[in-house]
Amino acid sequence: MDHFFTLDLLTRILRMSTPLIFAALGGLICERSGVINIALEGLMLIGAFFAVAGTYWTGSPWLGLIIGVLCAMAGAMIHAVWSISIRGDQIVVGTAVNLIALGLTAFLVQSIWGTAGGSDRVTSLPKLGGMSILVPVAFVFVPIVAFVLFRTKQGLRLQACGEHPQASVSAGIDITRYRYSAVLTSGLLAGLGGAYLSIGNLNYFTLDMTNGRGFIALAAVILGGWNPWGALAAALLFGAAEGIQIQGQSTPGFPISSDLLVTLPYIVTLIAITLFVKARSGPAGLGKHATTS
Amino acid sequence: MTRLKLSSSTLINIGGSIIAVTIALLLGAVVMRLSGADPWAAYKALWNGAFVGKRSIAETLIYSAPLILAGLGFALSMRAGLFNIGIEGQLIVGGFMAALVGAWDLGLPSVLYVPLALFAGAVGGAFWGFIPGYLKAKAGAHEVITTIMLNYLAMRLITYLVLRRDDILPVDPTFVATKKVVPEARLPLLMPPTRLHLGIVIAIAAAIILWYILFKTRFGFNVRAVGLSQGASAYGGINWGRTVVIAMIIAGALAGLAGAGESLGLHGRHWSAAPGYGFTAIAVGLVGRNHPIGVIFSGLLFGALNAGGPAMQSADVSKEIVQLIQGFIILAIAALEVVNRFPAIRSRFSRRSAASKAGA
Repeated sequence: MDHFFTLDLLTRILRMSTPLIFAALGGLICERSGVINIALEGLMLIGAFFAVAGTYWTGSPWLGLIIGVLCAMAGAMIHAVWSISIRGDQIVVGTAVNLIALGLTAFLVQSIWGTAGGSDRVTSLPKLGGMSILVPVAFVFVPIVAFVLFRTKQGLRLQACGEHPQASVSAGIDITRYRYSAVLTSGLLAGLGGAYLSIGNLNYFTLDMTNGRGFIALAAVILGGWNPWGALAAALLFGAAEGIQIQGQSTPGFPISSDLLVTLPYIVTLIAITLFVKARSGPAGLGKHATTS
Repeated sequence: MTRLKLSSSTLINIGGSIIAVTIALLLGAVVMRLSGADPWAAYKALWNGAFVGKRSIAETLIYSAPLILAGLGFALSMRAGLFNIGIEGQLIVGGFMAALVGAWDLGLPSVLYVPLALFAGAVGGAFWGFIPGYLKAKAGAHEVITTIMLNYLAMRLITYLVLRRDDILPVDPTFVATKKVVPEARLPLLMPPTRLHLGIVIAIAAAIILWYILFKTRFGFNVRAVGLSQGASAYGGINWGRTVVIAMIIAGALAGLAGAGESLGLHGRHWSAAPGYGFTAIAVGLVGRNHPIGVIFSGLLFGALNAGGPAMQSADVSKEIVQLIQGFIILAIAALEVVNRFPAIRSRFSRRSAASKAGA
C-alpha cells in the first residue's frame, strides 16, 4: 500500500480528468443554451483523430491541435444545423454524429496509414512535469467559463435561451445565434479534450480511443448541476476512479478489486440523478424550440 | 380493420426510409471517392459479401438477428416515449446471463436447456431495462443519462466478474469471457455448414408478437398513447408510470434476447468486449420507423451492411465505412422528417392517414 498514495496517483488522476473537464465544459455551455449534446463523444473522437492527422501532415503538434479543434467544430456544425435549423430530434442527431465520427475516423485511419487499428506515432504537445501542457489549460478554462456564463451579458442571455426559449425570443435575443455559438463552442472544447487524448497524453490515435469519455462528460455536467465548478468536481471524481484503478492494478496487495472500483462513479451518478433530480433538472428549455417567425 | 392495408402515411414512411438509405449510400460513395478508393468496387464487394452465395446470405441473417431484436427493443421504448440508449447494456447483460446459464452444464436436454438459457438472457436484459424505466417513472430521472450510466456499469461489472470471479462463476479470465456454452444449450444450426442459427427465427417471431402487442392489445394502445402525449393519456386514465416501466422491461428483454442469441448461437460464450450493436439498434429502429414489421426489414438491411462490410476490405475500404453510412442514414431521416412536417406537403398525402391514426 505504501506504493499507492504517491505523487504518481495525483498525476494519474489529473491526466484522466483533463479530457473530461474539457468535454464537460463544452457540454455544459451547449446544454445551458438549450441544446442537448450527446454528440460530445463523437466530437472528441474527431478532435483526437484530426489532431494526430494534422500533426502528421504538418509536422507541428500545435498546428495539429488547431486542425483537430477546427474539425471537431465542423462536426459540431452538423449537430447545430440539424438540431437548431432543421429542428431534428437533438438526441437522434447526436447519435448520428457519433456514428459518423466513429466510422469516418476508422475509415480514414485505414486510408491514411493503411492499418486497421490506429495511426503512426507523431510528435506530441510539450509536457510540463510529466503532464501535457493541456492539463493546466483545462483547469484554467473552468473559471473562465464560470465567469462568462454568470458575469457577462452574453452568458446571461445564453442561459435565458436555455431556460425560456420563447421568452428570450420575445425579449429580442437572437436565440439561433446564441445556440449556434454554444454548440460550436462545445465542439471547440470537446475537440481540445479529444486532442489531449491523442497528442497530449499520448502521441497516436487508436480506434474509438475516446472510449465513452464524451458520455461520461455529459454525466459530469448533470452530476455537477450544470455548474462549471460542479462539473469540475464530477470530472475529477470520474478521473479519480480511473486513476485509482490504473494505480491499483500496479500496486501489489491493493485491497479492493480495482475492476470493481471503476463501477463506483456510475453508481454514484445513478443515485445522484435519482435523488437530486428535482434540484438538478437542468435548463427548463432543454431540447425545446422557440417559434421565431 | 384486421385486413392489412398500406395507408398513405405508411407509404410516405417507407419511401422516406428508402430515400434516406439511398442518400446515405451516395454520400458514402463521395467519401470513398475523395479518399481515392473506388466506390463502385467497394459496393460491389459489399453486395457480394452480403447476398451472393449461401454463406453470404447466412452471414447477413446472422448479423440481422441481434439487430432486429435490439431494434425492436429500441422501437418499443420510443413508442412509449423513451429514448433508450441503454440497448447496448441490456444486450450484454442478457448475453452474459444466457452464457452463464449455458456454461454451467446443468445436465438438461436441449429442449429444456435452450429455452432456459434464452429465458435467462431475456430476464437479464429485462432487469437492466427495468432500472431506467423505474427511475424514470418514480423519480423522473432522464433515461438518456441513466441508460448511458447503466451501459458502462454493465460493461465494467461483467469485466470484473469474468476477470475476478472464476471462483464462483463459470468464467474464463484468460479469455476475458465466460466458459464455453455446453452443446445442449447452443441454438440449433439451420443451414450447416454455415453458422446460421435459430436467432433469426426468434427475431422475426418476436417482431410479429410485438406487432400484435403494440397494435392489437390494450397494453399496446396504452404504450402508444403515453408515447404520443403523457398528459393526454393520463387524462384518459392510463397509468403512465406503469406503462413506461412495463415497456422498458419488455424492451430490455428483447435486447437481452439479442445478446442471448449471440452467446448461445454465434459465439458459444459471452465475450466481455461490447459488440456496439446498441447504437446500430437506434438506426435500425429509426429506419424501420419504430414499427415492428419495418424493423424486420431495416434489421435485414443493416445486417447486410454489417455482413458485407468486411468484404469491402478487398476494395481497400475499411469496413467501418458502414458506421459512417449508418450515421448518414439517421441524418437523412431526421432531415426528411422535417419535410414531412411541412403542412403543404403533408396535407397532399395524409388526409386519410390522420383518420386512420386516430382510429388505430
